[in-house]
Amino acid sequence: MIRDTGLGSRIWRIAVWAVTILFVLNLLAMIVSVVTNSFATRWLGTWLPVAYTTRWYFSAWEEFQLHDILIVTFQVVFTVVVVSGLLGVLAAYAMARRDFAGKRLAMLVFLLPLLVPPITYGIPLATVLYQLNLAGTFWGVVLANLVPTVPFVVLVMIPFIEQIDPRIEAAARVFGASTPQLFGRILFPLLLPGMLAAMLLVLVRTIAMFELTFLTAGPTSQTLVVALYYAVFAAGVRAGQSIDAMAVIYMVATLIWLVLALRFVNPTQIVARAKQQSAH
Amino acid sequence: MSSAPLDGMVAAAGLDERVALRTRLAARGLDGTTLFVLPALLAILALFVYPFLYGLALSFRPKAGGVLGNYAHFFSDPFLYDTIWTTLRLAMPVTILNLVLAVPIAMRVRLMRRQRLLTTILVLPVTLGTVLVAEGLLNYLGPQGWFNRTLIWAGLLSGPVKLTNNYWGVFASLLITGFPFTFLLTLSYVTGIDPALEQAGAVHGASARQRFTRIILPLILPGLAITFCLSFVQAFAVFPSAVLLGAPAGPTRVISIAAYQAAFEEYDYSLASAIAMVMGAVQLAIVAAVLGARGMLYRGPVGGTKG
Amino acid sequence: MTLHAQTAPGGGALELRGVKRIFGSHAALAGIDLTIKAGEFIALLGPSGCGKSTALNCIAGLLPLSGGSIHLGDRRIDGLKPEDRGFGMVFQSYALFPHLNVRKNVGFGLTMRGVSRGEIDRRVDEALGLVRLREQAEKLPGQMSGGQQQRVAIARAIVIEPPVVLMDEPLSNLDAKLRLEMRAEIRRIHETIGSTTVYVTHDQDEALSMADRVVVMRDGTIRQVGTPEELYEKPAHQDVADFMGFRNRLPGRVVGVADGRAEVEVAGARLSGTARESVQAGGGAVVSIRPEDLVAVPGGPGLAARVTAIEYRGRAFFGNAVAADGTELFFRADRPLEKGADIRLTAEPARTLVFAGAGA
Repeated sequence: MIRDTGLGSRIWRIAVWAVTILFVLNLLAMIVSVVTNSFATRWLGTWLPVAYTTRWYFSAWEEFQLHDILIVTFQVVFTVVVVSGLLGVLAAYAMARRDFAGKRLAMLVFLLPLLVPPITYGIPLATVLYQLNLAGTFWGVVLANLVPTVPFVVLVMIPFIEQIDPRIEAAARVFGASTPQLFGRILFPLLLPGMLAAMLLVLVRTIAMFELTFLTAGPTSQTLVVALYYAVFAAGVRAGQSIDAMAVIYMVATLIWLVLALRFVNPTQIVARAKQQSAH
Repeated sequence: MSSAPLDGMVAAAGLDERVALRTRLAARGLDGTTLFVLPALLAILALFVYPFLYGLALSFRPKAGGVLGNYAHFFSDPFLYDTIWTTLRLAMPVTILNLVLAVPIAMRVRLMRRQRLLTTILVLPVTLGTVLVAEGLLNYLGPQGWFNRTLIWAGLLSGPVKLTNNYWGVFASLLITGFPFTFLLTLSYVTGIDPALEQAGAVHGASARQRFTRIILPLILPGLAITFCLSFVQAFAVFPSAVLLGAPAGPTRVISIAAYQAAFEEYDYSLASAIAMVMGAVQLAIVAAVLGARGMLYRGPVGGTKG
Repeated sequence: MTLHAQTAPGGGALELRGVKRIFGSHAALAGIDLTIKAGEFIALLGPSGCGKSTALNCIAGLLPLSGGSIHLGDRRIDGLKPEDRGFGMVFQSYALFPHLNVRKNVGFGLTMRGVSRGEIDRRVDEALGLVRLREQAEKLPGQMSGGQQQRVAIARAIVIEPPVVLMDEPLSNLDAKLRLEMRAEIRRIHETIGSTTVYVTHDQDEALSMADRVVVMRDGTIRQVGTPEELYEKPAHQDVADFMGFRNRLPGRVVGVADGRAEVEVAGARLSGTARESVQAGGGAVVSIRPEDLVAVPGGPGLAARVTAIEYRGRAFFGNAVAADGTELFFRADRPLEKGADIRLTAEPARTLVFAGAGA
């Protein structure tokens, strides 16, 4: 808050900004280089490609069967969003409104999947799903993806529900609303903005969720990010531009929802939600 | 409803008991609404807690050897136990560097009125995920990429420096995805401090450096400890970029690669589970150490002292 | 570390010369001049947004000036950083360091000045004794009540024996009873330590009861500076009169002026009052009278009005009335009156103030 104008602080300030700008420039350059390459006819040993073309997008679409992959991706993602939205909001409502024995334990159970990285619990989870013959199927992928998303919705929605005055519900009861009416006419409209934000964030996170899908998906249940991984992994086989065209399609698929989500939430929420709960 | 008075009394007594049970449960916070927590809780118990316990049990039933066979195998084979050191050698410096960069930048950014553009740009790599960042860095940091070209053009290098398919490629990808995460968490802690505290420090004689070391740092340190834990755990679980951007057979053969290979290349789920448990244990040990140290710090409200 | 303690300004009068503070196109302080004598207790009084807190922050060094200068004794201090001014300050939210116990909070300024441990302990004990908190020295601020936190904040500000103590609405977060107690307490502490005190408040009772002199501010300018009696008896400006309880604001037309007296026609009647600003016969004016000075009389000359409400407030009756032209009036009566009764209202010329205004 106090703005210092001394020479030392000015040098310090310039240094801090220089590091920030350097970071952002490198980040943007990395993204732009992928996009540029995806439109390049040939790009070897020069600053910019010789000429530009869109043909890599058509070849990537064919080669990687992106049509099928995109359909699977959106089926998986939307199923995950709906199921985790439903389970998460219900649980968050109970957690926000009731003080029951074992609530702290329940909170811990919801926090752990957000704190433990997916690869750590993904391998035992995949093992269990293989034993149940669910691995490699659509539902196996969906189930694995619910592990981080259900707790995420719970933790995003708890503070949102807490800020809705419980007396509003009491008032609805007093004026004769039944439980379904209470939900349909009072709670749902009040919860909608928070639910929308939480579900959009789940959407973005699930499209980008590599590890869990990678460990549990079979050939017919691959999502876009896993297909991209395999393409990069076997990079020698296909033209780099083709892979980058796929990467751009993936970026667009993610960023559309990110842009939409950012209309409702603060960017910090995408990473910071788990922390606010665990800090106490 | 029964018309006979006796029936009515019996029904009433039954009702009474039901009511009493219900009241007793309600007094402990258990009623219909509480049950809403069950579907989500059961899902997490079935999909997270059970597999974890199952994996733990499985790890004690090795393909060969005694109960601790897998663990004995892991800690006697340098090809396996070295992965812990390899992963730590990546995760520790990156996490510390991320924090060291994040704190001063967050201190400046909190003074900005329009932080949203910067936070939006920074949230990009977190959202796009590690696979895309790996592919992007393969282009950007490659021998013909813009990064090397710029440094050669600026006269800082005479020839391209190798930054992909080795330690530094993975390091860069962890920096690009890890820094925004660390920074945004740090920023939320720094902005939570009441600006009046810093003003009070200034008026009563603390220089800018003293205000940072004596007021702000002690107040954000518990938050930084949490940030360190979350960032470290993410970095320790590095997987796709270690394969795509690193040298997965050598210098960046991290522990998650070892676990993956055991499970999906050797089909030894028992050993894979054991490796996953070791991974979890190392993360837990570091987190426990940091949080233990955090227990000694002040942890209260930082928004001034009112109320 | 001891460097700035030695270079910090000593005592002397605190002087603001043409101090300006512009935020964008809005002048929070439009060039104010003020001299505060060493050891004086000055209150800056005004509604929110009048610039009083801005003025305090400029004195503290928390906001840079857009123009003008600030002097302490014969030293110009507006270029100094806040930490080099050597002042003490009590913040509205107290701003106690939540991670330090009371002793360390109070000793903060001394630690920053590199004072020895023994000396710090001695002076902190002394300051805590002064605010009557010696027993609570090891507590954290979060464990204390608002009133206690407030005392800690005062102790922290005075322990460094600053030439100037700044207080920014320090009582606004306390309940009414505690506020009254703390007024006397702050005044007592001021007299004990003898530092110059600049006290910001929007509560005129607080300002009048505590300060040696009160500075009334409005729209980034100073309307009047004076002792509490001067402000109360002789407000120099309509805004000041409003603040001092002149609830009756009657627009009228001046019919005659003679040696400080002005005759004003208001709502069909003639009122004689003291001209506080220069007015001319034939021009507009505003007549200000306190409710307790506008008295209901049974008949004769005066402002004709009809009673709309009346209530007993111990010793006298106070009421609302409406004049023939619809002007609302607040008055005093010695006996109960019927609602709807027609009355006459008069006021002593010495207690009737006439200000320049648009008039009626």
